[in-house]
Amino acid sequence: MNQLLASIGIALRALKVNRARSGLTMLGIIIGVAAVIAMVGVGAGATARIQDQIQSIGSNLIMVLPGSISSNGVRLGAGAVVTLTQDDAKAIAADCPSVAAVVPTVRGAVQVVFGNNNWATSAQGVTPDYTTIRDTSMMYGQFFTTQDVDAAAKTAVLGETVAQNLFGDSDPTGQVVIIKNVPFTVVGVLSPKGQSPTGQDQDDVILLPISTAMQKVLGANKANAGAVGSLMVQAVGPAAMDQAIEEMTALLRERHKMLPGMDNDFTIRNLTEVYAAQETSAQVMSILLGAIASVSLIVGGIGIMNIMLVSVTERTREIGLRLAVGARTRDILSQFLVEAVTLSVLGGIIGIVVGLTASVLISHFAQWSTQVSLMSVAMAFLFSALVGVFFGYYPARKAAFLDPIDALRYE
Amino acid sequence: MSDEPVIEIQDLVKDYKLGQVPVHVLKGISFQVGRGDFVSIMGPSGSGKSTLMNILGCLDKPTSGSYKLDGVSVSELNRDELAQIRNKKIGFVFQQFNLLARTSATENVELPLMYTNTPARERRERAMKSLTAVGLAGREDHQPSQLSGGQQQRVAIARSLVNNPKIILADEPTGALDSRTSIEIMAIFQRLNRDEGITMVVVTHDPDVASYSGRIIHFKDGKLQADEKIAQPRDAKKDLEQLPAPQPEELAPA
Repeated sequence: MNQLLASIGIALRALKVNRARSGLTMLGIIIGVAAVIAMVGVGAGATARIQDQIQSIGSNLIMVLPGSISSNGVRLGAGAVVTLTQDDAKAIAADCPSVAAVVPTVRGAVQVVFGNNNWATSAQGVTPDYTTIRDTSMMYGQFFTTQDVDAAAKTAVLGETVAQNLFGDSDPTGQVVIIKNVPFTVVGVLSPKGQSPTGQDQDDVILLPISTAMQKVLGANKANAGAVGSLMVQAVGPAAMDQAIEEMTALLRERHKMLPGMDNDFTIRNLTEVYAAQETSAQVMSILLGAIASVSLIVGGIGIMNIMLVSVTERTREIGLRLAVGARTRDILSQFLVEAVTLSVLGGIIGIVVGLTASVLISHFAQWSTQVSLMSVAMAFLFSALVGVFFGYYPARKAAFLDPIDALRYE
Repeated sequence: MSDEPVIEIQDLVKDYKLGQVPVHVLKGISFQVGRGDFVSIMGPSGSGKSTLMNILGCLDKPTSGSYKLDGVSVSELNRDELAQIRNKKIGFVFQQFNLLARTSATENVELPLMYTNTPARERRERAMKSLTAVGLAGREDHQPSQLSGGQQQRVAIARSLVNNPKIILADEPTGALDSRTSIEIMAIFQRLNRDEGITMVVVTHDPDVASYSGRIIHFKDGKLQADEKIAQPRDAKKDLEQLPAPQPEELAPA
C-alpha cells in the first residue's frame, strides 16, 4: 500500500514536470468520460420518461373494444356496433383467472358548467376499479364508490385540467357542476397524469359512475341496454398478459355465440406492448449514445499511449540509470503503468465532475430529462482506469525491457 | 573468505555482430581483483575497456568465459537476478553523473534503496549519511542544476555508496571535470578505499588519475597488455593541499 502511494507520488511528480502535456492528454479522457456520463444520462432520462408514460396509462392494461362486423358484405369499423356489455365485464372478472380487474367504460363529449364557467371535455362512465387499473391517486377528495355506481348517484370526479378551468386553484370538492342539465356533486379531483404517450391530455376528463353516465348523460344504447363502449382489463401480472388475452378471447367468443371460423366481434389491444416497443427504442438510443461516447474515451486512451511512448523515449537515460542501480523489469513496468493509470484516473475523476455538470446543464437548458445513475458513473470511472492500464501497458513494457547499456548511452 | 578475490574473470570473450561481421571486442581476458584493491583500467578508445566495464558491472553478459563477483558466478543469472546483484554489490559512477533532473540530492542518493524493501525513514537516514561521507552535508535539498560538476559527481558517488557495495565501478569519473575537481574526486575514492575497504575499479585514459591507484591494468585491442603494480600511489589529499586556493567554479550557486 505504501509502495503504491509512493509510486503514485512519483508518477504525479513526473506528470507535473510536463503540466501542459499531461493536462492535454488528460483532456482526452475528461471529454470521453464526461461524454459517456452525459450521453448515458440523456438516454436514461428518455427511457425513464417513456416508462413514466407507460405507468400513467396503467400497468398491465388490456383494452377490449367492440369489434367490426360484416353486415351484408359491408364491413364496419371497430366500435361500429356495440357488442360488449356490462355482463361481459362481470363474466370476465369472474371467469378469467389471469384477469385482476375489469372496468366497463362509456364515453362521450359533454359541456360541464359551473356558475358562469363552462368547459368542453370528455365524460367517462367507469367503476371504482378504475383507480387500480389506471393507477390513479387523488389530489382532492375521494373517488366515488361502488354504492354510488349501484345507486346511479350523481357524483363526479374531475381531471386536473377540468378542475383548473372551472375552479382555478381552489378545492372543488362538494361543489355542484351541471352536465346536460343534470347536477353532479364533485367528490374528488385526480392527481395530474400529464400527456399520454400519444400526446393527449389525460387530465382533461370527467369521471362519472357508469350507471349514472348511461342513464342520465350519455344515454343507453336503444338496442342493447347493457352495452358499453369498451372494457379496461388489468392482467394479474406482466407475464399473464397473453394468458389473459387468450382467456378473454375464448370467453367472449363463447358468450357472443360465435361459431369457429367467424371473425371476432371484438378487438383486444395490449397497450403496454405498444409502449414497451417505444421503450426499447429509447434504450437502443441510449446504448448508441453511450457507444459513441465510448469511442471518444478510446481515442483519449490512444492519446495516453502516445504521450507515454514519448515520455519513455525522453526518459531513456533515466530508465537506464534505474536499471543500472537495480530496478527490476517489474519495477520499471509498474512505474510507467502507474503513471498512465494516474493520468487516466485523474482524467476520469475530472470527467465525472464535468459530465455531471453537463447533464445538469442539459436538463436545465434543453429541457431534456437526464438521469445519471451511480452505475454509469462507476462504469465510466472503471472504464477510464482500464483505458489507462490497457494503453499504458505497451509503453511501460517497452520501457521495462530496454537494454540498460543502450539506455544509459541514449542521447 | 577474505583471501577470495572480489572479481575473478577467466578467459572472458565478448563478440558483437555488426551486421554479418562478427567483431571480437574482448579476446580472452583473465585477471583478478582482490578485496580492498584500487585498480585503474587504461587503454585507448576502442580497446574494449567499456565493454569490460559493462560486464564487470553486470550490465552485459560475456559471450564465453567465466566471471565471479564476490564468489557468485554471474554468467548464468537472468535479467532480474543481475539487477539484484547490481543493486546489492555494485556502485556505479558515470562520466556524465547521470543524476535525475529536478530531483533533490537526497532523492537521487535514495534511488538504489527504492528497489529494496528499505522503509522511507531509513532510506533518508542512509542517504544523509552517504552525502555527509562525500562532504555534501547541507546540500541535501539541492537539485542537480543547482550544483557544480564536482558536486554532482559527489552526489553520484554518494548514490553508489548508499547500498554498502562490495565494489565501486567508475567509468571515466573525472572525464567531465577540471583537474582540481578530478583530484578531489580521487581523494574521495582513496578515502573510501582506505577507510571503508571498498574495492575500486576506475576506467580512465588520464595517467594522472590512474596514478592514484595501486594497480594499473593496460588494455589494447581487446587484450590485456600490461598489469602494473604501483608500490607508492600518489596521495590525492596531499596533492590537494599543495594546490592553490579553490577556484571560483567550486563556489557553486547556492
